[in-house]
Amino acid sequence: MSPADVNKEHPLDTKAPRLSVKKPETRYDKQGDMPDSERIEIAMRSFVRDFGAHAATYMESCIHCGMCAEACHYYVQTGDPKYTPIWKLEPFKQAYKREMGPFSFFYRTFNLKPKVTVQELEKWQELIYDSCTVCGRCTLICPMGIDIATLVSQARHGMFQAGLVPHELWAVAERAEREGSPLGATPKVFKDRIEWLADDHEIEIPVDREQADVLVSMSSIEIMKYPDAIVATARVLNALGEKWTIRLDGYEATNFGLLSGNAQWQKDMSMKIINAAVKCGARLLILPECGHAYGALRWSGANMYGKPLPFKVLHISEFLAENLNSGKLKVKPVGKSVTYHDPCQISRRGGATRAGRDVLKALGVELREMNPHGDLNWCCGGGGGVVTIHRADDLRYKVFEIKMKQVNDTGAETLVMSCSNCRQTFDDGQAHFKWDKTANSLLEMVADNLVE
Amino acid sequence: MDLLAFAKGPILMWSLIIFFVGVSWRLVGVLLLRRKPDYSEPRDTSPAWGAVRTVFTRMWVRKEFRARTAYAEVLSYVFHFGLAIVVFLFVPHILFIKSMTGLSWGGLPNGVIYAIGVITLIALIAVLIRRITQPVLRLLSNFDDYFSWLVTTTPVVTGLLASAHLGARYETLLGIHILSVELLFIWFPFGKLMHAILFAVSRSTTGALLERKGAAT
Repeated sequence: MSPADVNKEHPLDTKAPRLSVKKPETRYDKQGDMPDSERIEIAMRSFVRDFGAHAATYMESCIHCGMCAEACHYYVQTGDPKYTPIWKLEPFKQAYKREMGPFSFFYRTFNLKPKVTVQELEKWQELIYDSCTVCGRCTLICPMGIDIATLVSQARHGMFQAGLVPHELWAVAERAEREGSPLGATPKVFKDRIEWLADDHEIEIPVDREQADVLVSMSSIEIMKYPDAIVATARVLNALGEKWTIRLDGYEATNFGLLSGNAQWQKDMSMKIINAAVKCGARLLILPECGHAYGALRWSGANMYGKPLPFKVLHISEFLAENLNSGKLKVKPVGKSVTYHDPCQISRRGGATRAGRDVLKALGVELREMNPHGDLNWCCGGGGGVVTIHRADDLRYKVFEIKMKQVNDTGAETLVMSCSNCRQTFDDGQAHFKWDKTANSLLEMVADNLVE
Repeated sequence: MDLLAFAKGPILMWSLIIFFVGVSWRLVGVLLLRRKPDYSEPRDTSPAWGAVRTVFTRMWVRKEFRARTAYAEVLSYVFHFGLAIVVFLFVPHILFIKSMTGLSWGGLPNGVIYAIGVITLIALIAVLIRRITQPVLRLLSNFDDYFSWLVTTTPVVTGLLASAHLGARYETLLGIHILSVELLFIWFPFGKLMHAILFAVSRSTTGALLERKGAAT
């Protein structure tokens, strides 16, 4: 399908509890029309292209103990061994041993590890995409310390280049690359929204300032579904008296290049924001309530740029925590019991586990932690692009049951998180299960209780 | 040349050569691959400390996971410690190591070693049963898993038989025991037994990467 047809063939479904393209009637699990032999060669070449000492160490180290299954919500909820995290990489392990491991000569000569086939990769598409949110819980249980989540992301590079991506994820990634947003939040739409919000809330939201200390980025989920997040961000920054701006040449922090496995698109998407920040001379880039945006910019941004970033990068929860801890930002106490859902990419994978809790402490809430919580939290099931994949819905609801139980067990009045992708996954789960708990934004809770 | 002399002679030398060359080749083949620079601003943590710490902290499973992993953990501990005690604290083994390296240390009484050998063997059999019957392990397992089990268990069995003088002449049993250990040396670099070395490389790699982010290791 040509890119131009994507909008027509796969219109956005912005009325659904979670945003995606409308469910395709026919499944398109292959993109492009290259022959299978070429597909497999490209997949494996792309997979090994980024291969370095780290990934090779991991590939060499697995002892097939199966421990990782016990950390994975997909296995725990279904009992199906195919969801064992390291099994999701089996064809890639096979290809590594055959093509580039230290004993690859033996494996090839005696055909001890046969060549991976396209049919295998097609079968593995569900395991690499639909049933892995790249939450990294498995990384923390592995007795060999293998970072399985990183390997899954790397396997996605091969799958993307071979045109073996679940279609909805491919379509939103393609749209993001072409239009600047996966969910239709183009610069024009975003500008209109900002004008409407500024007018409606009588608040100043600076756009396209040539010089600013702080550049604010947003997630298209927020722009299209939770626009109050834009207002909340503006209220906080205005209260702090920051010289800040949103820039229409670099605002979209979600990175479907990263999620789908297209490294070039990932770079393109990151570079828009990086260039915008450099242009306006920002000393700080604030990332929105979006988990994988944090991984993409905070931990991979500089590597896309090829040198250290000339500005600091903070997730909005870190920014709030810093300013609340220092007393620059003041909030009224909230007399409620709250439970906090840790977004995997911010807490476990990002190292900002404390930030959300510092914010809640400043808000004076009674924090009732889930069991387990923090670095060992259970994923909501929507990360890693999974929430966009319709055929994964049943499985996603299955793993969401863990989350509902965790939240219910706390008995907390309010459920709070700092990731809009988690939030839309919770909203969708709430609608599906007719659950009585609603997900709330940490940022909005702060903005609603500001002492201005 | 009888079996014992054969086992103690050229085969021992060749098995050790294959062991050392193979281990070095596999390690070098991994460690010399390129390492991309990471330009992201690290948190105020010490990746080196994260690396060292993770080598040790991954020796036990976090409490959040324990309920689901307790049986496997206990079995693994029993056979790993059992093997270590039998290999390094059995007096004839210490004498053998002394004859090759000049190093020696005190051992445990033979009776204690035999008991630990039997417990280790029972744990190894339980591990195999688990691998065959547990769906996740059955799915993951390949030739390497079963052959590595075989070359680990055979020296325990042959060692116990030699100690008990069961089944053949002592010299023959001892020869078979040494040959079985040599098979382990030869297989070590090629299969999963290599985890006895790679565990430190792999754990420290992840420990350093996650510590850099200030994330849990």
